[in-house]
Amino acid sequence: MLGVSLDQYGFLVQGAFWTVVLSLMGFVGGTIVGLPVALARISRGWFLCRASSLYVQFVQGIPLPVIMFVVYFGVSIYGFDVNALVAAAIAMTLYSSAYLGEIWKGCIQAVPKTQWEAGECLALTNLQRFIYIILPQALRIAVPPTVGFLVQIVKNTSYSVVIGFFDLTYSAKILNNATFKPFVIFTAAALIYFAICFPLSRYARRFELRLHRRNA
Amino acid sequence: MDYVFDFSFLESFRSEIINGVRLTVMLTVVSILPGFALGTACAVGRLYGPRWLQTAITIYIEAIRNTPLIIQVFWLFFGLTVLGARIGPFNAAVIALVINTGAYSAEIMRAGFQAIPKGQLEAANCLAMTRRQIFWNIQLPQAAELVYPALVSQFILMMLATSIMSQISVEELTGVGYQVQSITFRGFDVYLVIAVLYLALATMLRLCLHGAAQLAFTRLRKLRTPL
Repeated sequence: MLGVSLDQYGFLVQGAFWTVVLSLMGFVGGTIVGLPVALARISRGWFLCRASSLYVQFVQGIPLPVIMFVVYFGVSIYGFDVNALVAAAIAMTLYSSAYLGEIWKGCIQAVPKTQWEAGECLALTNLQRFIYIILPQALRIAVPPTVGFLVQIVKNTSYSVVIGFFDLTYSAKILNNATFKPFVIFTAAALIYFAICFPLSRYARRFELRLHRRNA
Repeated sequence: MDYVFDFSFLESFRSEIINGVRLTVMLTVVSILPGFALGTACAVGRLYGPRWLQTAITIYIEAIRNTPLIIQVFWLFFGLTVLGARIGPFNAAVIALVINTGAYSAEIMRAGFQAIPKGQLEAANCLAMTRRQIFWNIQLPQAAELVYPALVSQFILMMLATSIMSQISVEELTGVGYQVQSITFRGFDVYLVIAVLYLALATMLRLCLHGAAQLAFTRLRKLRTPL
């Protein structure tokens, strides 16, 4: 097909599989680290608040490829033989936790303050107020931006090509070197990325519209 | 575990690192304004243009926003070479950045145009301003000022995204880092320094863009209140 054999398209699909794997690892890791970051960002403790804000500013001020390199070389100086997948997953976790933490902080703060006050009037403890009153409402607000950020995660896994992780971009690069059909190969790769990202973007937008309608 | 840091490469590779910083700054500075202009044009076209133009712009925006920058860069760089147009990696990088930033700022500016209160346009109409005057004097300044924080974030993200351009042999800061580590084998130390340099660049860019806001928005300068 268009000067590229079926086997070679299969090679692209293999790469796409690893892109999805890395995205999921990044999202799960980002959730595990990002949730405490979000909580620390809204905490009243001076230290937690400052430290988490610094963390977010650091990660957001450094390009993802550089984070990948730092992790890749940083883990190996401890004598572990790093495989590119582990390094890429750690880097994606760092990256997405900072952004998700910031997104979720906004969602928690978007719950009206009167909800906290009402909870206090009912003599609920801080933890009870947070778990039973604030969190369920914040979760609903958080769905659209979180799905939207998933698109960013999928797209940004492509930066793992700098440390030689075999993902969709890497497989496309190898194929291009072998066949030199850049238009066909990179269009195919772009279409695969689009097929993953576009439905997510649409979902995010639909969730957002529904949320607005419910609030209106 | 005792790891001894060795930052002596800062001395021996100083000129390479400075060149890398310069190239990163150049890529950013050259791409910001055309990207913003393209984005604004697309936002206007999508809001007020004829049907076919709206569709075309929507396809452009969705295509760019749902595929990674690096694939766009490869497509452009290798694709143009196959077509026989040799424009050089730096130009290819700038074109890719402009196209990419254009799509993102188009969405931001569209939100800005839509957020302008209707009364502003009615007031402008009452003053018998022409369509062109309304756009340049009423809509554009207000829309830009409303979404300026989002634009600043977008431009900083774009600056960070230039780090991928070493993949097409534009030896910006990240590319220089790779060269230095392949000679010194101090990958961790080198990239820590590179990370700090990027942090500094991001902070500086943020300050510059805030300064630019003071110059560009007369209303903000005189009243010092958020819109």
